[in-house]
Amino acid sequence: MSLRVDAPLLSVRDLHKTFESRHGRVTVLRGVAFDLAAGSTLALVGESGSGKTTTARLILRLTAADRGSVQFDGTDWLALPRRELDRRRRELGVVFQDPATSLDPRLTIGEIVVEPLAIHAIGSRASRREKAADLVASVGLPASALVRHPSELSGGQRQRVAIARALATEPRLVVLDEPVSALDVSVRSQILNLLKGLQQDTPSRPAYLFIGHDLGVVRWIADRTAVMYMGRIVEEAATAALFFSPRHPYTEQLLASRPRDTPGPRAAPRFYFGEPPSPAAPPSGCPFHPRCASARPVCSQEVPALVADPAEDGRSVACHAPLGGD
Amino acid sequence: MSGTAAPLLSVRALTIAVPGPSGEEVSAVDGVSFDVDAGEIVALVGESGCGKTLTSLALVDLLPPPLRMVSGDVLFEGRDVHVLRAREKERLRGGGIGLVFQESASALDPVRTIGSELAAVIVRHRGLSRAVAEDEAERWLKRVALPDPARQMRAYPHQLSGGMRQRVLLALALAGGPRLLVADEPTAALDVTVQAQILELLLALRQELALAILLVTHDLAVVAEAAGRVLVMYAGEIVESAPVDELFSKPRHPYTRGLLASRPGLAPAGARRLAALEGSVPEPGKRPPGCAFEPRCKEAFGRCSAARPTLVPSGAGSEAACFLLDEPERGRIR
Repeated sequence: MSLRVDAPLLSVRDLHKTFESRHGRVTVLRGVAFDLAAGSTLALVGESGSGKTTTARLILRLTAADRGSVQFDGTDWLALPRRELDRRRRELGVVFQDPATSLDPRLTIGEIVVEPLAIHAIGSRASRREKAADLVASVGLPASALVRHPSELSGGQRQRVAIARALATEPRLVVLDEPVSALDVSVRSQILNLLKGLQQDTPSRPAYLFIGHDLGVVRWIADRTAVMYMGRIVEEAATAALFFSPRHPYTEQLLASRPRDTPGPRAAPRFYFGEPPSPAAPPSGCPFHPRCASARPVCSQEVPALVADPAEDGRSVACHAPLGGD
Repeated sequence: MSGTAAPLLSVRALTIAVPGPSGEEVSAVDGVSFDVDAGEIVALVGESGCGKTLTSLALVDLLPPPLRMVSGDVLFEGRDVHVLRAREKERLRGGGIGLVFQESASALDPVRTIGSELAAVIVRHRGLSRAVAEDEAERWLKRVALPDPARQMRAYPHQLSGGMRQRVLLALALAGGPRLLVADEPTAALDVTVQAQILELLLALRQELALAILLVTHDLAVVAEAAGRVLVMYAGEIVESAPVDELFSKPRHPYTRGLLASRPGLAPAGARRLAALEGSVPEPGKRPPGCAFEPRCKEAFGRCSAARPTLVPSGAGSEAACFLLDEPERGRIR
């Protein structure tokens, strides 16, 4: 395949992952595939156990994939030998949900934010010190924070530090795994504004892979949204289109379960049937069929493939009976 | 509030002290007063560190030392909770006031079956025999819509999903026949589809059991969905109290307005910025001398840093603690 100018920054194909546990084998990913364009944001949404975080961990190479490929910036990322990978890790930034546990408590903020540069021996000690001051300012922290330790900061401030650290090496892709889920509502919007502002204003224009479960947040931050269910992507589309007219019944169910923003009865009727099945014992056929109001006989027999929606450019759906069809 | 009947729960001038940074006691909850009527759902909202969970623990005298209630009264059905004898307090917890917290792996006894834990609560509060209590326990599991209750009676907590465990916790909180349920972030750890189911269940049970609920949460969506009346806490004080529709349509306090505006779901698609409240909640002991919200308030004026506003009625059943209410021409209060 020749590399076109508009080739995606990140191209994930057919990712599979099975974990062995004391309760047996659990298949967490069953062929995940998506593209992420440079400088844009793709959200992965879905319930716990759907495989969002495992997908991120495979891309970050914190866990090895059983099968599949990840093309990152023209490189066969999963095939990179360990030494090459260590050298190139800085091209990927990451921010986790809980800044309390992801920052080294013994280091100062000034040391933490440029630690990735120190590890890769980028710049002199003096230039790193200068860089630390710039980074801390870019995430809206006072210069006095440089000499503090993580325990002296609030949750929101710690998440700013984690973001500064993720951006220190000017990565082209940042994985954001539930970056605001542990934060209070007023702090949450500060951090979301910061993330969007940094994406637009940082010269490297990082793309974001945003893992989240708050659909209100996703609607605002993501250009495109991929909905995961039991280890597969079941629908992927431009965020506005996905929210306006979901075509997979699971997407519709997720949107209908979304908490309301104003008092009063819900507009949409509720129609869910219980909780997600255990990943250790997935239903036959389409794994969503036991919870689906529009399931047909074929749905319990054949897994629907994720295919381009003939009715709409730029949307893919994995469903035998998509909504709004016929 | 309903007529002349005494409220089910009445909290007056509740003040709770916690150890400050240099060892001295500082107040984390400061002069909080509110009522809950029978059958009513009152939401207590605020960000972490605002004192809402401490307030709910003080209702049943469960503040972990060295945290302590330094002054104020908590009256439940007209009786002062803090002067009850130990046995009466035990009966109150679960019998008069049920408690349910955020679902977590540690909320249930890991080495006990669901049925045994639930039956023990029923024996303790209702004085039934063990055999009758077991039947009753299974009925409760059915009532909280736990699938296959007969089998789940013999299950251990780790064998259930998060949503199923939260249903069990709800059954435990309600099986003793309380008149008030204190639910602290009951849906916070759950997936959105499960969250909606638990909230719906809570509302159905409240109807069925004529239960009052004090819903402690940071999530305004949960408030919008469930509450009749809302108390907004900031830095250990109630800054606004209003019927839910009034609070969402005409918030009086700038902090409430800020919280409501920062809901991401309300931002127009494609908006570059979300409305955000800059700054953060002051820690106990670092509270400014005037209005605690003054340093973050875009509408603050001279008086706000000099004196502390108190709750004053502001029409339509609302109260707010804000000097803008005295000077409507300054603020954006309609």
